[in-house]
Amino acid sequence: MIGALILTLTGAPALAIIGCMAVRRPRGAEAINLIASAVSFACAIPLPFLIDGRQLVFWNDYIMLDRMSAWVILCTAIVYFLASIYAIGYMRLLNEDRRLCQFYALFAGFGLTTLIGPLMNSVGIYWIAIELTTLVSTFLVAFERVAESMEAAWKYIMVVSAGISLALLGTILFYWGGSFVLGPSYTMTWAVLADAAPRMNPILLKLAFLLVLVGYGTKVGLAPMHSWLPDAHSESPAPVSAMLSGALLNTAMIGIVRFTGVTRAANLGPLPQLSLVAFGMLSLFLGALFIVRQPGIKRLMAYSSIEHMGVVALGFGFGGALGVAGALYHMLNHSLNKSLMFFGAGVMMRAYGTKEIAMIHGVGRRFPTEGALWLAGAIAITGAPPFGLFLSEFTIMRAGLKPSFSWAVYIMAILLIVIFIGFMNHFQAMYYQPGPNGEEKGGSLSAWCAVPMWLSLIPLLVLGLWWPACAWNYLTSIAQSLNLGTP
Amino acid sequence: MLVQHLGPIASSLFSLLAIACLLLSFVMLGSRWLNNYLYAFAAESWTIAALSAAVGFYGSYPELYLIAILTLLFRGLLLPYLVWRIIRRLDVDREIHLLVQPSTSLIVGALFVMLALSVSFQVAAELHLQLTVATLALTVMLSMKLIGFLILALRHEAVSQILGLLVLENGIFLGSQILVPGMPLLIEMVILFDLLIIVACFGVLVGYLATHAGTTSSLELKRLVG
Repeated sequence: MIGALILTLTGAPALAIIGCMAVRRPRGAEAINLIASAVSFACAIPLPFLIDGRQLVFWNDYIMLDRMSAWVILCTAIVYFLASIYAIGYMRLLNEDRRLCQFYALFAGFGLTTLIGPLMNSVGIYWIAIELTTLVSTFLVAFERVAESMEAAWKYIMVVSAGISLALLGTILFYWGGSFVLGPSYTMTWAVLADAAPRMNPILLKLAFLLVLVGYGTKVGLAPMHSWLPDAHSESPAPVSAMLSGALLNTAMIGIVRFTGVTRAANLGPLPQLSLVAFGMLSLFLGALFIVRQPGIKRLMAYSSIEHMGVVALGFGFGGALGVAGALYHMLNHSLNKSLMFFGAGVMMRAYGTKEIAMIHGVGRRFPTEGALWLAGAIAITGAPPFGLFLSEFTIMRAGLKPSFSWAVYIMAILLIVIFIGFMNHFQAMYYQPGPNGEEKGGSLSAWCAVPMWLSLIPLLVLGLWWPACAWNYLTSIAQSLNLGTP
Repeated sequence: MLVQHLGPIASSLFSLLAIACLLLSFVMLGSRWLNNYLYAFAAESWTIAALSAAVGFYGSYPELYLIAILTLLFRGLLLPYLVWRIIRRLDVDREIHLLVQPSTSLIVGALFVMLALSVSFQVAAELHLQLTVATLALTVMLSMKLIGFLILALRHEAVSQILGLLVLENGIFLGSQILVPGMPLLIEMVILFDLLIIVACFGVLVGYLATHAGTTSSLELKRLVG
């Protein structure tokens, strides 16, 4: 049953790649991609319910499903589905009908690679899956083919490939460390690695872990390895930005979390989790600095992604049931919320013909419905109640309130307030400051753009008001299996 | 562990090949002609292929012969050919604006090698492998990593950046042949293929850069800041 679901989950986008290339008609390609994403979404929903604490392996141990991968796949599938709906409305605005088939083939490919990443059981193959996400998404970032997006794509592939090669080095060092315990030739799966870790050399493990953290941290966009992220997120088409932010970052984060679990099993002391906290603090700090004085609307959202990945890293760094559950809940909320923000930013960008916050005026009057949705999303993304991110950030802060980390919680609280003020200041300017040439006529947006905004805001509100008990139990059981206790 | 019971001939052969690789990355670092980068890279890949075959022979890992052949074909012939085509299409033959003179970058590279050496001495002492070829392999792996980053940072012509990235990966490949020769064949093969795809992507991207951004020098890529 679960095996069939996984096969459909990944098979649908894989078939969509072929389908989009074969039909050669833009309307056909968008329908194929939409159907594929809907099928993936439908398969991803039951996975967390069907899996009961076991770790299931398929296909010669190459595919592995546990509670954490089911959760991350759910986040990814949601974003893929929402972005596919939105892409139909948005990509028609670009007047690039000729290249739409190519776009949807790449988009389905991007969906496929982000979905299979968390499923990889072998540590080496996981690295390859992450590298594949980069290769596919580079061409999506470069899709608009103007100088800015070419620059963003170049920086993206350059910085991320260089960073991820550090992760490969770390992976090889892990393998080397394991070869002292398990013999020269063995299959390095996550479980084998965690089993062997207590008997490996601690110095070698520390070196390998730090390399892996910096390597995958580049892909997650943790500061100071974040430099590709604002460019790539701001210059790609809006549905791709949503996928990059809501799906890709989580897929890379799961690797860091698994490696942290491995080092935790090896009793390396506080170093792994302290370094997660340090990178998280730095990302939060840097995000706050750039959010406050940000002139570009999509770059604002990109820096907010850096900030939120910092919060997730802090959650895993604080550890304990609260920290891990909060961080995983934060992933889901952030995926929903950031999709909403990029969807809104994309339509505003097209409607006003600019990416600059200073040139956008009177959003609320011009687009009453979509404007209200986007404003609600902005309130949510800063972590204000009653939305999901408030609950998860609050849980993470509670996890940190212990003597060793209380300093981090206080700084985190201050930075979150700074970010709230900065964000609201930008939105206040866009909504309530009069434009230079008076009132502008209201425009209408395609329903393809508005519906996914509703679909992301409503669950966000529900998740903020009510954290289901089953979800709480589910997430704390992941925390137990990861064993990220208090350092 | 292979390195613990190696004959003197085998370990000196491994050391010779590893040091040759390190020297070739210095050739890349010290040159300003793109063609020289490319030849040095190709020679480095052949050296690594030879090393794979040697490790396969002395450690009796027959699957490493396959890796050696694939390395020779992909990294030694196909990748240099692809990069050569990019160079010819772009019509650039050298770094025009050097950020740092080659002599200075050689000295920085030497400092990096010393850093790598001290790190690998520490690790090797932990593992009781001080006087084996493992120390050298780790040193060369880390130094090639650092030199690759140095090339990425100091060179700004698109082609040199691609080659810098390939040096990063070459370092890992070299180290893994000696340190973990038993690593599953599948992974190594996929990594080889992966590299091929990367370079193909780069080829496409460089073409786009030249036509749409009007330059292949990363110094000119400064529209997106803040």
